[in-house]
Amino acid sequence: MEYIQQILFAVVLGAAIWLIARRIGIIKKTIQLGRSEDRTDHPSERLGMMLRVAFGQKKMFDRPLVGIMHFILYAGFLLINIEVLEIILDGLSGQHRMFAPFFGSGYLYLLGFFEFLAVGVLAVCVIFLLRRDVVKVDRLQASKHREMKGWPKLDGNLILIFEIVLMVAILTMNAADSVLQDINSVHYTKAGDFLFSQFLKPLFSGWSESSLIALERGAWWFHIVGILGFAVYVTYSKHLHIALAFPNTYFARLIPKGEMNNMPEITKEVKIMLGMEADAAGTPPAAAEAPGRFGAKDVQDLSWKNLMDSYSCTECGRCTAACPANITGKKLSPRKIMMDTRDRLEDVGRNMQANSGEFVDDGKSLLGDYILEEEILACTTCNACVQECPILINPLDIILQLRRFQIMEEAKAPASWNGMFSNLETSQAPWKFSPADRFNWADELK
Amino acid sequence: MSETHYKVPTMAEMAAEGKSPEILFWVGCAGSFDDRSKKITVAFVKILNKIGIDFAVLGTEEGCTGDPARRAGNEFLFQMQAMANIQMLDMYSVRKIVTACPHCFNTLKNEYPELGGNYEVIHHSVFLQQLIDEGRVKVQGGDNFKGRKITFHDSCYLGRANGIYEAPRTVLEALDADLVEMKRSRAKGLCCGAGGAQMFKDAEPGRKEVNIERIEEALGTGADTIAVSCPFCMVMMTDGVKNKEKEDSVRVLDLAELIAQAEGL
Repeated sequence: MEYIQQILFAVVLGAAIWLIARRIGIIKKTIQLGRSEDRTDHPSERLGMMLRVAFGQKKMFDRPLVGIMHFILYAGFLLINIEVLEIILDGLSGQHRMFAPFFGSGYLYLLGFFEFLAVGVLAVCVIFLLRRDVVKVDRLQASKHREMKGWPKLDGNLILIFEIVLMVAILTMNAADSVLQDINSVHYTKAGDFLFSQFLKPLFSGWSESSLIALERGAWWFHIVGILGFAVYVTYSKHLHIALAFPNTYFARLIPKGEMNNMPEITKEVKIMLGMEADAAGTPPAAAEAPGRFGAKDVQDLSWKNLMDSYSCTECGRCTAACPANITGKKLSPRKIMMDTRDRLEDVGRNMQANSGEFVDDGKSLLGDYILEEEILACTTCNACVQECPILINPLDIILQLRRFQIMEEAKAPASWNGMFSNLETSQAPWKFSPADRFNWADELK
Repeated sequence: MSETHYKVPTMAEMAAEGKSPEILFWVGCAGSFDDRSKKITVAFVKILNKIGIDFAVLGTEEGCTGDPARRAGNEFLFQMQAMANIQMLDMYSVRKIVTACPHCFNTLKNEYPELGGNYEVIHHSVFLQQLIDEGRVKVQGGDNFKGRKITFHDSCYLGRANGIYEAPRTVLEALDADLVEMKRSRAKGLCCGAGGAQMFKDAEPGRKEVNIERIEEALGTGADTIAVSCPFCMVMMTDGVKNKEKEDSVRVLDLAELIAQAEGL
């Protein structure tokens, strides 16, 4: 009987690992569709950034209360994994609470600590659900932000419900376990009453040993299958930030927020036009490999980091809540820019899967079919969205690349921008003034 | 207009005399052509004159840094402007540039190096702060700001873009005024609505103009002076004040103008 449980567990675990590995493979492959960009410089600075921002959650504490609550979820998630490791090893070996002998009397405190986290996670998840659905925090409302309609809204609620159910399972399992210990059930290692689940014991006190074992096993299986199922779910969900926050902060931009990435392929052409470079002989290799397109029309034109950003986004909407365009009712929402980029990337990934790994043109593109011209035109490049993101996602970088495509490839600009461009060309100023009048301001001083 | 004779030497004049000034004052297009911003330029030049800074301007030789073209997506035009400017700056062997425009500042400082233009670039808020710290600007002899309520509107290209939040505030503190902060300030500061080449086109359809959202917040502090450090913010905030019909009671002034007033210039 026990061997059957072990085999079954190994099969479930193997299936989960296979599903997760396959999904990671797809995500990795689609991220690699992006342009190459070197983000490996200054490794120690990058490591420090990752430790502060992802591991230490520095930016989450801009809003202290939510920051603390999120930290409880995060710490709970990280540390409860130690117990999950025990559960997995138990499941494979057919043992029960195999860590108990190693920790001795400390095991009770360890489990007590895990239960403390479990109760904390449970409470925070309930509060977060209330914030989403009862208090109705503005940035999370589908009624206020169109990108949250449908799946994103459901996804946000499902994650919290999933976690609540898992925590209830862990506490039920421990309570049933304690009752079984009390009646000296053979398989149940004496560990003692646990910090919180002991209060659930009265619920099960009159139960028979077999019912208790069924309950404990049921809760055990439910919990571990739930966790494995959740792990698979996460790879299809906005919740992927729990993993990607780390590489995403490590590979974040280190240069000032105000600096736009240079386009060396254009520098080369400009130098030739100005007679500063006669031929292509002195062209650096990076410029020689110029892509066929200026700016970005689709996800393949963006950098791999833009694409990783899109998978890392957990749709919290802090960017959108700080965006001056969005605040004043324009269509632009930096969160939507990230979600659209990810949705397009997912569609491209599915297309590739359906066509034996090769992308077959579907007549669509990120700009036009997902993100509209009206959205990218509304951006003031103020960097509020970049400043707000707790895991250093950069929506502005995507917006500016889409603008470059729109202007340089499509020559589609508002008439007044075209006017500004021609003023720059003719009089080196964005307004229609004569360059000869540029110094007239000094007249009153003379 | 003024009794005092102010000097505004150009790089060309200096070069003709075989001289090279300590700093180049990069005026920028707004500071050169926009009537309101020209007053900022004049105020800053008066300060430079008073304390005897060895400076020059490019005069008619200056050209747009290319910032609005680059933000709009026109990288060709940006790089054409940038290359032409770099050639000229290098011809005059410019080493240190001070500018009153955060957009020029950001572009010259962060974006010209990759195109071969390497200069020490300082925004006038930092420059003024240094002069105050060194005791060269005494902030006396003119208007008394004691007890006046001033709020500071952070420019995105100075603040978030380049992490400069304290220098402008230090300058304002030197006025001994009552500095009141808006809720959205420093890293959380709300844009005036002009950046990213928005200055040069109408806004997309929405509920409200960005500068109205911002001016409501600024007026909400009860300040009689809104201090800015950017010519674009100046335009947007001034328009906002007019929109709210507060031009009689609320003034929008650049840091350089406030210091010049305090110095009696």
